[in-house]
Amino acid sequence: MAKVHVTTSINGEPMEFLCEPSDTMLDALRGPLALTGSKEGCASGDCGACSITIDDRLVCSCLMLAVESEGHEIRTIEGLAQGDRLHPLQQKFLEMAALQCGICTSGMLVASDALLKKNPDPTEEEVRFWLAGNLCRCTGYDKIVRAVMETAAEMRAQ
Amino acid sequence: MTELRYLAPGTLDEAVGAFAKAGSAARILAGGTDLLVQMRSGALKPGLIVDIKNIPEMTAIEQTADGGFRIGAAVSGMALAEQKTFGKVWPGVLEAVNLIGSKQVQGRASAGGNLCNGSPAGDSVPAMVAAGAIVTVQGPDGRREMKVEDVPAGPGRTNLKPGEILVGFTLPPRPPGSSDAYLRMIPRTEMDIAVVGCGVSLTMKDGTVIAARVSLGAVAPTVLLVEDAAKALIGSKLDDAALAKAAAACSAACRPIDDKRGTIAYRTKVAGVLLKRTAVIAAQRATQKN
Repeated sequence: MAKVHVTTSINGEPMEFLCEPSDTMLDALRGPLALTGSKEGCASGDCGACSITIDDRLVCSCLMLAVESEGHEIRTIEGLAQGDRLHPLQQKFLEMAALQCGICTSGMLVASDALLKKNPDPTEEEVRFWLAGNLCRCTGYDKIVRAVMETAAEMRAQ
Repeated sequence: MTELRYLAPGTLDEAVGAFAKAGSAARILAGGTDLLVQMRSGALKPGLIVDIKNIPEMTAIEQTADGGFRIGAAVSGMALAEQKTFGKVWPGVLEAVNLIGSKQVQGRASAGGNLCNGSPAGDSVPAMVAAGAIVTVQGPDGRREMKVEDVPAGPGRTNLKPGEILVGFTLPPRPPGSSDAYLRMIPRTEMDIAVVGCGVSLTMKDGTVIAARVSLGAVAPTVLLVEDAAKALIGSKLDDAALAKAAAACSAACRPIDDKRGTIAYRTKVAGVLLKRTAVIAAQRATQKN
């Protein structure tokens, strides 16, 4: 089968890869690109564990084809920390134990980051609605929501 | 496994040509939030995917000279929400589009895909029907226009002809005192499929409704335009008697399925209740605006 050559940008770096036309972006990330931070939960857009951004818009990478990234800017969980310095959201998730098994965590962080870029001062209700597309089966969400609220407050104070 | 080809043409003519040539094996890709799920589940095995997002007209939002709007078929819900004026003129259409799925889904999913997917429960469709939106389609025989309510043919089916592609929606300009609203009934607070959906668009003058359109979703094989309900509202001040009459017209129009999400009796009753609530919200918005 003829593979397609895709030229894109991932976490600010120019990137090229080969994929099948039917591969999802999640397949490409976890396969040839070896960026395994994005997780496959449901593969049908329900759980949000594979969340990434394309041109700063939050999407499920399981719901887009890898070939659709041609010429666009992709950001994944791997681009959240700066070198060894964790993003404030990552730091706060650790401090406040806003994770248990961790499968949903990278998606939660990518989605939370997209929210805070758009709305640096969300209400708790706004956080809960924004994260409704990210399913977690073990934390009960409270610690996650609190960590996002607290990070937002700290980032505003800086 | 049949080989899948992917095309992302830059012009509509190219897209129509390739789509028509490939026949029933071809699928249009806008946001892909339905298509990829159908492919993954094995329900669909397309031989060609035509991605329409590189065609500028498909992703454009434009306010026309007369104050109406033109929205490309592939505009995502998030892009529509980010546009500055659309939500002020058509708040009901915007809220309907942004009830579809999660934020992640709204980052991709389009009103065009929602319509062409042919679900009776698609949230943006009743709002578009109430708005009186017209769709432009283009196929091998050229361009034509259709009313939104004429596009769905039944669950999963449309009245588009072979090779035709949905290009976009045209929403009419709004006279002063106009607004709209969309409400749906779902058992949870977020991320669910409408058990009943209701769209109302109306124009008020001195507290009286002078024009109205009412639509219902998820209560029949296709989204319904309920003209009797609109008639009951027009000429009224949305008093209890007028709302009750319009609600009865909505319930009378229902031909729903009976399933685990809602019985026939429940969906029929809720259609009337939602009509009352939606009409009141639309009227409040219409009077708040100048």
